[in-house]
Amino acid sequence: MTSKGTAARYQAGPPAFDVEAVRADFPILSRQVHGKPLVYLDNAATSQKPAQVIEAVDHYYRHYNANIHRGVHTLSAEATAAYEAARHKVRDFLNAGSDKEIIFVRGATEAINLVAQTFGRSTLKGGDEIIISTMEHHSNIVPWQLLCEQTGAVLRVIPINDKGELIMEAYEKLLSERTRIVSIVHISNALGTVVPVKAVIEKAHQRGAVVLVDGAQAVPHASCDVQALDCDFYVFSSHKLFGPTGVGALYGKQRLLEQMPPYQGGGDMIKMVTFARTEYNDLPYKFEAGTPNIAGAIGLGAALDYVNRIGLAAIAGYEQDLLAYGTAALQEVPGLRLIGTAPDKASILSFVLDGIHPHDIGTILDHEGVAIRTGHHCAMPVMDFFRVPATARASLAFYNTHAEIDTLVRAVFNARKIFAK
Amino acid sequence: MFDLKDLYQEVIVDHNRSPRNFGKLAGADRMLEGFNPLCGDRLTLYLKLADGRIADISFDGTGCAISIASASLMTDAMKGKTTAEAETIFNQFHELVTATRADPDLEKFGKLAALAGVREYPTRVKCATLCWHTLHTALTSDQTTVTTE
Ligand SMILES: Cc1ncc(COP(=O)(O)O)c(C=O)c1O
Repeated sequence: MTSKGTAARYQAGPPAFDVEAVRADFPILSRQVHGKPLVYLDNAATSQKPAQVIEAVDHYYRHYNANIHRGVHTLSAEATAAYEAARHKVRDFLNAGSDKEIIFVRGATEAINLVAQTFGRSTLKGGDEIIISTMEHHSNIVPWQLLCEQTGAVLRVIPINDKGELIMEAYEKLLSERTRIVSIVHISNALGTVVPVKAVIEKAHQRGAVVLVDGAQAVPHASCDVQALDCDFYVFSSHKLFGPTGVGALYGKQRLLEQMPPYQGGGDMIKMVTFARTEYNDLPYKFEAGTPNIAGAIGLGAALDYVNRIGLAAIAGYEQDLLAYGTAALQEVPGLRLIGTAPDKASILSFVLDGIHPHDIGTILDHEGVAIRTGHHCAMPVMDFFRVPATARASLAFYNTHAEIDTLVRAVFNARKIFAK
Repeated sequence: MFDLKDLYQEVIVDHNRSPRNFGKLAGADRMLEGFNPLCGDRLTLYLKLADGRIADISFDGTGCAISIASASLMTDAMKGKTTAEAETIFNQFHELVTATRADPDLEKFGKLAALAGVREYPTRVKCATLCWHTLHTALTSDQTTVTTE
């Protein structure tokens, strides 16, 4: 955790983390951009993939590519086994109670839409309330707005403070017997804030509301245990967790999933179809209509193996050290303001610079090989709250180094020089 | 390889820091907002038209250096032009920054030539053209907002 304020000081951290060894696993990290070594600091948008993941996907396509759950032939059996093994790995990763509680989806966005359109649509009515927070990603805002339009439910928003923390007292005031769903981000992509979701969940449950946790930014940085949290739904995307794009997972409590109507209709989600009547399949298949992203799920399984081998505790320790180092270094830049200074933060550094728009920073950094994200980060209400049109955001992963942070900071100084004409 | 200095020329940096024709225009008879949802750049253009000419023009809003400098340079270049002349300059400028002509004649662009560096930065072309599309729309339709997407 970092100290905050202008006097943030960096003290070299503890972990004997072999960053060079892990970097060797990521082929892309050896490429150059504009003649400079790539410094990839856009991990919150998507992470890079280790060779182990790339090879798992490659191996599937080369050796046992087949559709799942339908062929009696060897390839289909192998593909089915690998796909279901990946589901089991997700279950272990989240410590869910059963494989039936893990639904493969396209990503966090689809998982939230699924819950809104099945659980939400079938249980909410006019006047019911849904609570989200100011720091949600658009994917945890718009599906609920759609649901509100469809059902007459009302969306309520928990405010944040100047550091980018949830204001818990305000949340408690918003909760009432009308609250049906609380959908809350675990770690903010725009600010890095770690939200105390356990407390959020407890309070919601006292009112009988159901809680969805958006773990898209949390799973790459911290282990999470859905049973210990007691959340009702948990969602994440594979691509931010060193796995392939186009796949992700929805965890849901079995009791809820069983009550929910299906999301889409098609093959695989049925037991029996006649024109008079269709019988839906059991969990988790009821929610997996059509041929899923088989290669993606297998790649996600490989990514989980990879992360487990390094260990999320070691990853978190190393990243917190990088974050402290980066926070202190960026604060040395005159005119730089960090956006998001919660004491409990993941390795995300959002900032603005006096007199230089984030997009210009982005272009100048790109010339030094440094990839960051600039813009509103799909969190426009956060930008409005801090009264900035956009921020520059460096988001760190465990394969980033202290030297890369130095390159980032040098490039930011260079931006100031260019604009100081 | 391109040099960053070709993009962030002195003229650009200067027009970003002290944009010309910045602020609302009293008595404007045309006002149009341009928005780039991708990056949040938001400019409003104010126009006074008389006898088929742009008698006066100004803008305000927020954006990156490229979009602010472009709006500043554009408003300077457009003052006193007929709407037909404005359309011609719009088309030429569009060609200049989207690199549809390999070897642009920079001379004829005057100060606007400072924006030619944008052609090497495909991700930034929309920043440079936001105000231009807004002007084009203001002169050719009665829409009230323009977006780049
Ligand atoms: C906090 C958060 N939630 C949800 C999402 C959506 O993830 P995806 O686009 O992979 O569905 C993102 C992605 O940026 C995110 O950062």
